[in-house]
Amino acid sequence: MDDASPLTFKQSAERALADAKLQRALQNVKRGFIIKGANAKEKLPEFNRLRDEARALKDHTLLLLDLYLEAYERKVMESGGRVHFAPSAADARDIVLKICKDAGASLVTKGKSMVSEEIGLNAHLEAAGIEVAETDLGEHIIQIRHDAPSHIVAPVIHLNKEEIAEDFIRAHPGLPQDRSLSAVPDLVAEARAVLREKFVSADVGITGANLLIAETGSSVIVTNEGNGDLTGTLPKVHIVIASIEKLVPTLEDACTVLRLLARSGTGQEITTYTTFTTGPARDGDPDGPRQYHVVLLDNGRSEMLGGDFRAMLRCIRCGACLNHCPVYGTIGGHAYGSLYPGPMGAVLTPALYGIDHARDLPNASSFCGRCEEVCPMAIPLPSMMRKWRERDFERGDPPATQRLALRLWAFAAKRPRLYHALSGTIVPLLARLAGDHGRFSSLPFAGAWTETRDLPAPQGKTFHELYRETRRSEAP
Amino acid sequence: MTPTNQARASVLSRIRAALGVTGKDRKREDAVEDRLRNHPRGTIPARARADHEALIELMTAMLGSQGAEVTRASTPEEAVRAIADDLGAHDLSSVLRMGSDPVLAALPWDTAPTLQRRIGRAGPHDRAALSLAVTAAAETGTLVLVSGADNPTTLAFLPETHFILVRAGDVVGSYEEAFDRLRAIYGEGNLPRTVNLISGPSRTADIEQTIVRGAHGPKRLHVVVLG
Repeated sequence: MDDASPLTFKQSAERALADAKLQRALQNVKRGFIIKGANAKEKLPEFNRLRDEARALKDHTLLLLDLYLEAYERKVMESGGRVHFAPSAADARDIVLKICKDAGASLVTKGKSMVSEEIGLNAHLEAAGIEVAETDLGEHIIQIRHDAPSHIVAPVIHLNKEEIAEDFIRAHPGLPQDRSLSAVPDLVAEARAVLREKFVSADVGITGANLLIAETGSSVIVTNEGNGDLTGTLPKVHIVIASIEKLVPTLEDACTVLRLLARSGTGQEITTYTTFTTGPARDGDPDGPRQYHVVLLDNGRSEMLGGDFRAMLRCIRCGACLNHCPVYGTIGGHAYGSLYPGPMGAVLTPALYGIDHARDLPNASSFCGRCEEVCPMAIPLPSMMRKWRERDFERGDPPATQRLALRLWAFAAKRPRLYHALSGTIVPLLARLAGDHGRFSSLPFAGAWTETRDLPAPQGKTFHELYRETRRSEAP
Repeated sequence: MTPTNQARASVLSRIRAALGVTGKDRKREDAVEDRLRNHPRGTIPARARADHEALIELMTAMLGSQGAEVTRASTPEEAVRAIADDLGAHDLSSVLRMGSDPVLAALPWDTAPTLQRRIGRAGPHDRAALSLAVTAAAETGTLVLVSGADNPTTLAFLPETHFILVRAGDVVGSYEEAFDRLRAIYGEGNLPRTVNLISGPSRTADIEQTIVRGAHGPKRLHVVVLG
């Protein structure tokens, strides 16, 4: 994880809440993804059945992952490509750099790839004197702003078009300073022209993969812009970087996942482009790269296979859990301080980087359960976040006050008589203290809560009293 | 062991350790082999199971909603005219870049004498190109293009206007049926370098979720259904 941000999660979240521009931009999450996603699901009555099948096929693949990887590798080699296994992020960076150097590359174009962000690829190539051009519109904007993506599907969802126009004026050289960039199509047209130059002169193209297919040795990318295809087709070398859990057995399995991916992510029936790439250009092909490499990244995933977080490896990075998360929708992606934000990030980040680096993330949840509900892979995100909280607690890391409070509560909860006596005393007391309003506008030890909203006071009887009464009145 | 082999062995052994398995387990090997050989289908959406005319209507409607134009041409002459008229209407100087696929070569190009064809891969200055879809899945209006000596991939991504011709008889309902057609051409387990599933013109919604066409690929996609 990027440790450059010295802010705690709480500080970043507070800053995000006070950022008017960000709050305006975040409205687009709801306006765009949530409504479109609901429509797309409605149009496919088979959605839930496909979801069950996708979950089963991913579980099947994960339990046989070693053998499917070997089968996949054989097919890639048969089609003239090469597979490189990368146990760690550093291994993956070195492999990619070596391929670029061997190709004598001075300019590399890139399609959108979260794995490349995960391993910090751009900085590594740039340090070796290689120019890297991100070609996805959102990633291009991130690159010229020296920013970080705030969403795994829509990297610049945190920005408004006026901010992007300022970046274009600053970062695109040789264009009139007074040109009009007030409309979104102006921005898209300018990026198209600027990046065209890069596409046609790049020596190496790097893309990620949404899926890898063992049956054919293919890598699959889904895009709407077509940048991934220009990246993979025009340069003489194509490198695919993908993590090991992207594998599915067959073309049919890929079809099942594809029916869920765009619908859950962007609310489309299917993305404009879905491209299956198998090896380098064949004899007689008029275009396509001469070399095709796949770098398979582990970076902590193999360990997840054995433990409580295996189901997280079903994730297809559609972003539905981000789009529907009330916490994400309120603070945006950057406040998480992790490349992978939102509910999926809260589970994946501690698994990849250790809970030390991500202690706040599993707590950044109201446990409303919406993420699990919308996940096309039915990943039990809330219960996995709960597991991280448990582990964090067991290690003794949470603040002393929190631990003490939980200990006291546990002490009482394990002694029913004491618990009833206490609740029978405290509840009416609180109700009386709150007076007619039925709520507290300030409370000692709960200032963080009462600063922004009132705390409702307990009303009337305790649960146990009501329960006893009901039992009595229902008794024959 | 070389570093490459070491890295490979290390990843595979970590996976096996985590799963508590060895690489040599007959039952596991059979499970993998069976699935790869039989490639069972999952649920196919009901909308993909309809009679052939209904599928063509579905494909047309899906493509329309995804921003493509569709022309139904009942004869090869009509197909050529649709392309020539489109180029004329959009002031595209009647130059069309295309591959040497025999299906496209056999169209009656002499009926559109103003149209100039350039054969070969697309370059950055080509403004319009024509590709052949070997099949199409009606369920989402998805055309299937394959790369090969006669079918450059660049045609589909560099020019601003892209025509795709698909023969009505090649339209199927689902992705699975489309892939079975590819298996029939290339053999089980084999694909050409690229299989492009194309379902509309290039677009982006990266800025404020506003959809804009022509992000990096074609701004316009015109599909001609022949037959």
